[in-house]
Amino acid sequence: MYRIRFHGRGGQGMKTASCILGDAFFAEGFEVQDAPRYGAERRGAPIFAYVRADRAAINERGIIARPDLVVVADDTLVTVPAAAVLQGVGARTVLLICSNDDAATWTARLKRDCRVLTLPAPAAPEAGQAQAGVGALCAGAAAALVGVIGRAALERAVAAELAAHGAPVVARNTAQALAAYDALAAHQGLVSAGGAVDAGARAPVDWIDLAAEDAAAAAPDIHATATSLKAATGLWRVMRPVIDHAHCHKCSWICSTLCPDSAIAVDADHAPRIDYDHCKGCLVCVAVCPSHAIRAIPERGAAGAVP
Amino acid sequence: MTRRLLTGNAAAAWGARLAGVDYVPAFPITPQTEIIETLARWFDGGEMRGRLTMLESEHSMVTAAAAAAATGVRVFTATSSQGLLYAMEMIHAVPGWRVPFVLANVSRGLATPITLEPDHNDVLAARDSGFLQIHCASCQEVHDSVLIAYRLAEDARVRLPVIVNLDGFYLSFTREPVEVADPAAARAFLPPFTGRGIEFRASRPVSQAAAVLGGSQYSYFRYETHLAALQALPAYAEIAAAFAEAFGRHHPAVEAYRSDDAEFVFVMIGSFATKARDAVDRLREAGARVGLVRPRLLRPFPAADLRRHLLGKRGIAVIDQNLSFGKGGVLHAELASVLYGEPGAPLLASFIGGLGGRDFAPEEFYEMIDVTRRAADSGRAPEPRLLYTAGELREMRKLQAIAAVERHEDGAGKP
Repeated sequence: MYRIRFHGRGGQGMKTASCILGDAFFAEGFEVQDAPRYGAERRGAPIFAYVRADRAAINERGIIARPDLVVVADDTLVTVPAAAVLQGVGARTVLLICSNDDAATWTARLKRDCRVLTLPAPAAPEAGQAQAGVGALCAGAAAALVGVIGRAALERAVAAELAAHGAPVVARNTAQALAAYDALAAHQGLVSAGGAVDAGARAPVDWIDLAAEDAAAAAPDIHATATSLKAATGLWRVMRPVIDHAHCHKCSWICSTLCPDSAIAVDADHAPRIDYDHCKGCLVCVAVCPSHAIRAIPERGAAGAVP
Repeated sequence: MTRRLLTGNAAAAWGARLAGVDYVPAFPITPQTEIIETLARWFDGGEMRGRLTMLESEHSMVTAAAAAAATGVRVFTATSSQGLLYAMEMIHAVPGWRVPFVLANVSRGLATPITLEPDHNDVLAARDSGFLQIHCASCQEVHDSVLIAYRLAEDARVRLPVIVNLDGFYLSFTREPVEVADPAAARAFLPPFTGRGIEFRASRPVSQAAAVLGGSQYSYFRYETHLAALQALPAYAEIAAAFAEAFGRHHPAVEAYRSDDAEFVFVMIGSFATKARDAVDRLREAGARVGLVRPRLLRPFPAADLRRHLLGKRGIAVIDQNLSFGKGGVLHAELASVLYGEPGAPLLASFIGGLGGRDFAPEEFYEMIDVTRRAADSGRAPEPRLLYTAGELREMRKLQAIAAVERHEDGAGKP
C-alpha cells in the first residue's frame, strides 16, 4: 500500500493535493482513501492531508504512522512541533520539501536517514494578487514519485477536482501539476509501496496503568493568564496587510473594530497599528478600509516591506 | 455501476437525496456541516425537491424533524456530539410519537475537554432514547445505511426514528470509493413514503404525545416502544436481505469476519473496526485463529446473532471507543449481559481505546489478542485496559509540567 502525507498551511491546497492524487490513483485502478486533517481550521495554520492507495481493498484507517512519502509545501513548517512533519519518517520514506535550500542542506539539517528531495519554493505572487495554492504542484510531484500514475490520469484528476473553479484555474493548476511531474521524471518510482506490520514479529506495546491523580492536576485547566498572547498566530499568515499611513484618514475605529483577532490597536494620535505577532492575515481590514489605505502583500519575503 | 470517491458526509447526503426526502431541518456543527452544505446545494440547484430549513438550535431541529414526520412526509436531519446532546430532551421525547425519520450523527467526542475527533459517547448518550442505531464502518455503508434506515423506520412493525452513525474525520472527511445507487433502483427499494396513516393536518387536529399519570398507562406506552424496537430485529433482517438482492451488498445486523473457526474474536463498532479487520488478516497470516464480530445494529441490540457468533469462542477482546465513568466500556457491559449464563460463554477482556479519535496501532490489536489468550488460559478476566502508552504519558507530563510552572507564576504574581 502507498501511504502519502501532504503537509502545508491552511489555504495552500493540501486537501486539494490529496484529492487530486486520490483521483489519479483511482483512475489508475487503485483502491483509494484520502482525507484532510484540518488542525486549527484556520488559514495559515498547519494542516496535513493523506492518501492511501492499494490494489486491494483498504482496511487501514486514520492518520498515516509510517509514510512512504511526505510532501512539505512550506519549509517553515519543518520546525513547527505541532505540524509533526517528520512523524514516522524512516529510512524508506522519501521526504520532498518545497524549498529554496537544496536537498543536501536539508539532509544535514534534519539528520534523518530518509531520502530528501527538494522542489523550488513557489514564487511569491505579484503585488495585489493572492498567494496561489500549491496543491496541484504537490500532487503532480507525488504522482511522479510513486511512478504508477500516468501524465494523462494526473491531468484528468486536476480537471475533475478543480472544474467548479473555471477553466483558467484548471489550466493554471494543470500546468503546475505537470511541471512538477516532469521536473521529477528522473525520480519516477522512487517511492515504493510499504507493507503491513507483521503480527508474528512485532515491537512490544508499552501500555501503562494510569494512576488516579489529584483533581487539581487531572482537570484540563490553563492557569496562566493571557495565554492567547503567547500563541504566535501571526505565523499562520499567508498575506500581510500593510497600512499606508499617508492615505489613512485616522477614522480610528473601522479596521480596529472589525479585526476579528483584535490585532489592530489605535495610537493616541488615532493611527492604527497592526500587531503582526497575532494578525492571521484574514484581510478583513483590507476589505473594510473606506480610504483603501491598507494593501495586502505576500508574507514570504515581506519582512523588509513592513513600514 | 460506477464507483466514485466520496466522503462519509457526502455519502450520507447521497443517501438522503436518493431517499427523496421532503424536508431537512438543519443546524451546522463540525464535523457534520458538509452534509447539510451538500444537501443545501442540491435543493438550491433543483437536484432535490423539498425544503431545507436552518433552525436556531438542534433542539428545535429535532422537534421540527419529528413534527414534520408526523405529517407523513420523509424527513432527514443530521448532527454531531454537543449538538446531539443539546437536542437530548427531544431525542428522548420523539420516539414515543411513533413517527419515522432518519438522523445522521457524525460521532465526535464530548466535552470536557472539548475536542473534534470521534468516539461514541455522543451517540451512546442516545442509547436508551428509542431511536434505533445503525453504526457504519465505511463510506459505502453510510450511503447504504441511510436507505436501509428509512425502510426500517417506516416499517409498520417499527415506526421509530433511526440514527445512522458515522465517525467524524475517519468517515466524515475521508473519501473512499462509493457506489452511488442508481436513482431508479433506490426508488424501487425505497418507494416514496405515503404516510401509511401518519397524516397530521392542521384541519384535522390530533393531540399527539398526550400526558398520563400514575405509571400504569405510562408503562404500557413505554413498553410498546421497547417492543417496537425489538420488532426492528426481524424487520432489519428482511430489509438487509432485500437490499442485498437489489444492490449486491449485504449488511447484516452483525458483521462476522473470519470468525467462524476463530478461537479469539475482536468485538467493536464504528470505522476503526476496519483496522481490526486488517489485524485479523495479519494475525491469521501469523497462524492465529482470530476473527472480528461487529454489531452494525446497536439498538435494537442483536443479542441472538451475537450469541450465535460468540458462544463457544475461547475469548473476546471487547474494544470500547467510549467510557461510562465509574463503570467502564458500554459495549463490554452490553455483551456480558447477553452472554452471561449461556453455555460456552467466552471470557471477555475489556479494552478502552480510540477516545477522542486516539489512534490504534496495529501492534495494539495483536497485543489485545495476546492479553485475551493469556486470560483465557488462566480462566480469569483481566482488569479493563485503557490503550495508553508510556510515551503518551511522557507527553502529558510535559504539558502538566508547563501547567505547574504557570500555576506557580500565576500564584506568585498575586498580592
